Parts: sequence; C-alpha cells; structure tokens
Amino acid sequence: MDNTTPENKPVKRIEDSKVRYTLREMRRNKNAYAMLFPYFFLFIFLTAIPVIMALPIGFTNFNMVNFPPKFVGIENFQTLFMEDEVFLLSIQNTLVFALITGPLSYVLCFLLAWFINQLPGHLKTIFTFIFYAPTLAGNIYATWQLVFSGDAYGLANAYLMDMGILNRSYEWLIDGDTILGVVIIVQLWISLGAGFLAIRAGFQGIPRDRYEAGAIEGIKTRAQELLYITIPAMGPQLLFAAVMQITASFAAGDVSRFLTAFPTTDYRAHSIMNHAFDYGSLRFEMGYASAICFILFFSMLLANWGIKKVLGKYLDA
Amino acid sequence: MKLRVSKKKRLSGSIGGDIAIFLMLAIIGLFMLFPIYLSVVQSLKPPEEFFIFPPRMVPINPTSQNFDELFRAAGAMWVPFSRYLFNSIFVTVVVTVSQIIFSSMAAYVLSKVKAPGVRLLNRSIEIALLFQSTVTFIMVYMVMAKAGMIDTYFAITLPFIATPMSLFFMRQFMGQIPDSMIEAAHVDGAGHFRTCWQIVMPNCKPAWITLIIFAFTAAWQITGWSYIFSETLKPLPTVLEQIRLSGIARAGVGAAASVFIMTPPMLLFVFCQSNVIETMAHSGLKE
Repeated sequence: MDNTTPENKPVKRIEDSKVRYTLREMRRNKNAYAMLFPYFFLFIFLTAIPVIMALPIGFTNFNMVNFPPKFVGIENFQTLFMEDEVFLLSIQNTLVFALITGPLSYVLCFLLAWFINQLPGHLKTIFTFIFYAPTLAGNIYATWQLVFSGDAYGLANAYLMDMGILNRSYEWLIDGDTILGVVIIVQLWISLGAGFLAIRAGFQGIPRDRYEAGAIEGIKTRAQELLYITIPAMGPQLLFAAVMQITASFAAGDVSRFLTAFPTTDYRAHSIMNHAFDYGSLRFEMGYASAICFILFFSMLLANWGIKKVLGKYLDA
Repeated sequence: MKLRVSKKKRLSGSIGGDIAIFLMLAIIGLFMLFPIYLSVVQSLKPPEEFFIFPPRMVPINPTSQNFDELFRAAGAMWVPFSRYLFNSIFVTVVVTVSQIIFSSMAAYVLSKVKAPGVRLLNRSIEIALLFQSTVTFIMVYMVMAKAGMIDTYFAITLPFIATPMSLFFMRQFMGQIPDSMIEAAHVDGAGHFRTCWQIVMPNCKPAWITLIIFAFTAAWQITGWSYIFSETLKPLPTVLEQIRLSGIARAGVGAAASVFIMTPPMLLFVFCQSNVIETMAHSGLKE
C-alpha cells in the first residue's frame, strides 16, 4: 500500500467496495429479480409510466391528429384555471363530493364493522356479505335508474305520488337540483369495499385478553371499550381504510357517467374525473386530458399525505 | 381451534344495546340489499307487470321468461351470446391466474428477500395503492395506443393484472410468515423460486383465495369501454348495457342479464368469506 495520497485513498476504497458489494448482492439475488420481473414489467408500463407521464404530456398539445405533438408549456394549465369554467365547477363538485362521501363512507365503514363485530358468529358472516354485496354486484346502475326514473314508473316517483307528497313525476336524474344528491346516495351505496373489509377484519384480530384486561380495569360500556381498547389496537387498518375511502371519492365519476346522462345537466355532478374522460376519451385532446389527470393525481397524493399526517398522529400506527 | 375462555360471552354492554345494534344493521342492510333484490324481482316479472301503478315489490306471476328471452335474443344477435360469454370467461381466467402468479412471486421477494432496490419497490407500492385502474385508464389508453394494443385482447387483460392492491395484500400476509421457515428451506438447498411455491404459498392459502375473489370480481366486470371496438372481442357486461339501452320493453331481460352477471362473484364470496377476513386482518398501513 503506497502512502502518496493518504487522505483520499481510504475514502475511495470504501465507496468502491460499496458499489462492488451492491453489484455482488444483485448478482447473488438474480433469481429474486427474475421473480419480480413479470409483475413489475406490467406495473411500470401500465401504472407507473401512465401516472408519471401525465405531467410531461400535459405540457403538449397532443391530440392524436396533429403529429408530432408540440410543446406548449403551461398553456393547458393556464386554460384550465383561467378560462375553463367547467373545470372550475368540476373542482368544486369533486370537493363537495369528496368532503361528503369520503368522511361519511369512512365513518360508515367503521360503524358498520363495529356493529357487526358485536353480533354472534353467523350473523357476522351474513351482515358482512350484505354490506359488501354492492361491490360484488358491480355495475347494476340499471336498477338505480329504475328507482330514480323520471316517469311515473320510477319507484321514487311512484311511491311519493302514491303517498301524495309529489303531485307529478319528478326528473331526479335530469333536474340539476337533485343530480348531485342522487349520485352521492349511489356512491355511498357502492362505497363499502376493501376498506370496510379491512376494518371488519381488524376488529376480529384483536385478542380477547385485551378486553378481559379492560374489564378488570373497570371498562363497562361499549363506547369505553371502543375508545380505549379497540381503536388504539387497529391503527394500521384504520389508516389503510382511510386512504382507500378518501382517494376513491376523489376519483369518483363512474356513477354519474353511467347513471345520468353524460355530461350531467349544467355540469351539476361533473367531477374532475368526468372532465378528464370528456377530453381524453371523447374529444381525444390528450394533452389537455393529461393536464387534468396530473392535477387529479397531484391532489390525490396531497390528500393521501394529509390523511397520513392527521391520522398517524392519533392512531400511533 | 377455538378456546372458550370464559362462559360469559360479553364483557361489556347490554342486551338492549344488542337489539338496537341489530335493528340498525337490519335497516341499513335493507337499503344495501334493496337494489339487488329489485334486480332479481324485475328479472322474474312478465312484461305486463312493469306497467302496474304503483310498482309492486313482488312479482304476481313469477316467470323465467326473461331468462329464456335473454338467451334467445342473445342467440339472434349479430355476434352470438356465447362469444361474449367466452370473452368474459377468457379475460377473467387470464387476469385472475396471472395476477395470482405474478403478484405472489413479487410479494415473496418484497417481503422475504433482502436485495438492493427492494426497499424502494416496497415504498412505491404503498403510494401506488392510490392509482387504481379507474383513475389511470385515460393515461393507460395512451400507452396502449402507442404499443398498438387497442382493440386486442391485450387491452382488456394486461392493464388489470399488476394491480397494486393484490401485491399489497399478498405482501402483508407473507410478512407474518416466520423468516426461520425460509432459512430452513434455503439450508435444505431450495432456491427462492422453490421456497416461494413449495414453502410460502401453501402457508398463504387465505391470501391467495382472497386475491382470487378480488381479481375475479374485478375481471368479470371489465367492460373495455374505449379500449375495444370490435364486437367480437367485447366481454359480457357490454351486452347488458346494450340491452339496457333498448328501453322499458326489454327491462325484464336487462334485469335478467344483471342477475346473470352478479351471481358468480357473490357465490364465490359467500363460500370464501372467512379467508378474506383473515387476509384483510394483515392489510394495515403503517406511517
């Protein structure tokens, strides 16, 4: 070992061996990488790249007709926020929608799972199935259309008229005053998905001896049990469900697209996702649609970060 | 194995509370079940009963006419019903099987192998949970178009295979399998691949049953809107949509089609529910 550059040599050698170590580890684990490959190949091309590309494509006027797409800088974003009134309305709708259905469906998931957990075995199974059934049934929007149909054969109209509350049939899915309300009801109906199952399972996973210890410590009511034993024990599930429910309500748009006409009357239930669909899948203004998607993705990431910050503090997860 | 620790079933709360809770669940449950019940009722009504005012919640003369009509009308369509059915079954099988295989292998590596880059992938999966196919489909369209896969079977299978959710659940479940089991397998000379399939997977039965249910439910409902234009490649739910759009005269047939489509995922869930609950118990996110 020569001592010509005593200061640099050792540092360089450590770095060198770190790279070599990493390479050696990678070579040693090449089978593991091979196992990752099929999943991550599809994941990168069909989830990661589409999400990441939203921003760069949002800077172009890409529209499937003019080729090649031209770089237009922030023009799309400028148009969105300065001129596109429908977009501003869709932001407002999405926020109203997310602020109502997000927290409400989350609380619903939690309360229903808690109630179910209080029941004996077979009833637990039956009720879990009942509440998850809408997700399994999927797109039976036709039935909801029947309920809120605008003629006298629609169930809501028929019964309200029969009881004398309405004196003529009401256009639930066309009248601007009721569209958003109807869409929220249907969205809530379909919202008990994976988040609900996670919370439901979380209740089941708490060991019984904790409750016994609690009973000895003087816990008497269900509410105390919930507050002091259950919630602290299932932080991770609660966090998972919160992320699922709130981001799902941000991305909502399918319900109004299938249930009502598209776009809705006066854009009263038009969400950001609907706006992106309008430009991306109907008008093929891909650059503009990408800009909308980017804004949506960004706000979802922001909401996700916020949820984790707020809940993480309380849940101690 | 269930051990009854004490005879007293309940540690806190009252019988009155039990009854109140049951009633509340029953009322909300009725709301949840109502549209599903309604679909079944509609599918059993003969056409003339659709025009009774006010509408009835039970069919007077239940009939299987609508189901017969569905298969007959379907037989007379330009593209036979069996073709749509085949498309749906094909898509469902391909998506479900490859999803289970791909995400189990990846989940094994993410939870049990320490190799450079694995930590980064673990992080990215938790963020990717936000981006389900309902949000990304417009951007995915561009990738698909670029790759020339629009209007092929690839367009309705590939985007639904590598879902972040499936990998996440699988990884969480595998995380609780003891490392000593895997080390023992390595000592006996098994590589990663064999350890994954012969040691870890048999111990993850609830997780892959759950994945089958989720994958099946999602794949069975794939419509392929804007990804598929050829009638011969369209899956079953698109037929339902076509019938539904033909108005009140076909309402019974439309309802029959809904019932036909929603039954398989429901049956699957009924039989496998306990596995789902066991898997979801490990689904927590940590901040």
